Amino acid sequence: MFDYHEYFRSEMMPHMWCKGCGNGIVLKALLRAIHRLGLSKDRIAMVSGIGCSSRLTGYVDCNTLHTTHGRPLAFATGLKLARPELTVIVITGDGDGLAIGGNHLIHTARRNIDLTCLLFNNQIYGMTGGQLAPTTPEALFSTTTPYGNIEPNFDACRLVQAAGGTFVARGTVYRAIPLEKLIAEGIQHKGFSFIEVLTTCPEIHGRRNKLGTPAEMLQALAKTTLPTGVIHQASGPEYTEAYDGIIAKAQGRT
Amino acid sequence: MNSLVHQRCRVYTTEKVTIRILEEWCKGCEICVDVCKKHCLAMDILGKVKVVNVEACNKCLLCDVLCPDFAIAIE
Ligand code: SF4
Ligand code: SF4
Repeated sequence: MFDYHEYFRSEMMPHMWCKGCGNGIVLKALLRAIHRLGLSKDRIAMVSGIGCSSRLTGYVDCNTLHTTHGRPLAFATGLKLARPELTVIVITGDGDGLAIGGNHLIHTARRNIDLTCLLFNNQIYGMTGGQLAPTTPEALFSTTTPYGNIEPNFDACRLVQAAGGTFVARGTVYRAIPLEKLIAEGIQHKGFSFIEVLTTCPEIHGRRNKLGTPAEMLQALAKTTLPTGVIHQASGPEYTEAYDGIIAKAQGRT
Repeated sequence: MNSLVHQRCRVYTTEKVTIRILEEWCKGCEICVDVCKKHCLAMDILGKVKVVNVEACNKCLLCDVLCPDFAIAIE
């Protein structure tokens, strides 16, 4: 039977996510997807930014980079250009990937570079203190919106599709087996793969907004009105290959 | 589970199923207790999960897949 513990840096475990936090469920789905594809740990590079979800890279025994706030896609782009043979997986959150690093996200999608980006959407900045994120639903409370949020929120998948991403999908931690399949498909897709994972923050977000127990918050995700599954798939020139073409041209090989 | 972690688990077993609980990693969120339709699991007085009816387990794997803390495994 599949053993998650084979993929951990055992001295780093157990993880620091709060009681009932959905991030651990995403980590499980990701490890099962990697196992399902038979990828060697040494051939995977995981790159994360800052935030609760980005702590993930500390726990897995792959090649990992824990970078600066909002910038994992920029680091991953450099890494992939230097080592295109690696499978590069980017771990980011809604605050990290859509607000602070939102510009990196649209331009990475536009370039269609062969990265797989998992965006953990828990509707809040958890680690940094419960501030409003671009994904916080209207009328909910956060430390920076003590009277309720008046801002409309982002649809991350539509944004990435419009910017040129060639694999766009959305899953939830409540449906963790379909999520595992989406992650596996995203990794196999050649080009920029974006998977938004609707997850839960029962501690910082759930408590403040009285969203229920961790299990109730999970079950509420089953009722999301957002589309789930593979939302968009297309093919187009992949960036590292196009770049190889330019190198060959500059060297007079074509 | 790898042998080191294995040794630290509480094991409940029947002919059909083995449930392993890594108590020191359980944070007591009760997700597993809630999702188990067969009522195999409950919380103990220390806020850790325990197996109360291993016979009823039908190996649906919901607890195994949804425990965020890698604290319960079904074989
Ligand atoms: S603050 Fe929220 S997102 Fe961060 S670990 Fe705790 S529950 Fe998870
Ligand atoms: S889901 Fe995991 S952490 Fe939560 S109570 Fe059950 S065994 Fe413990």
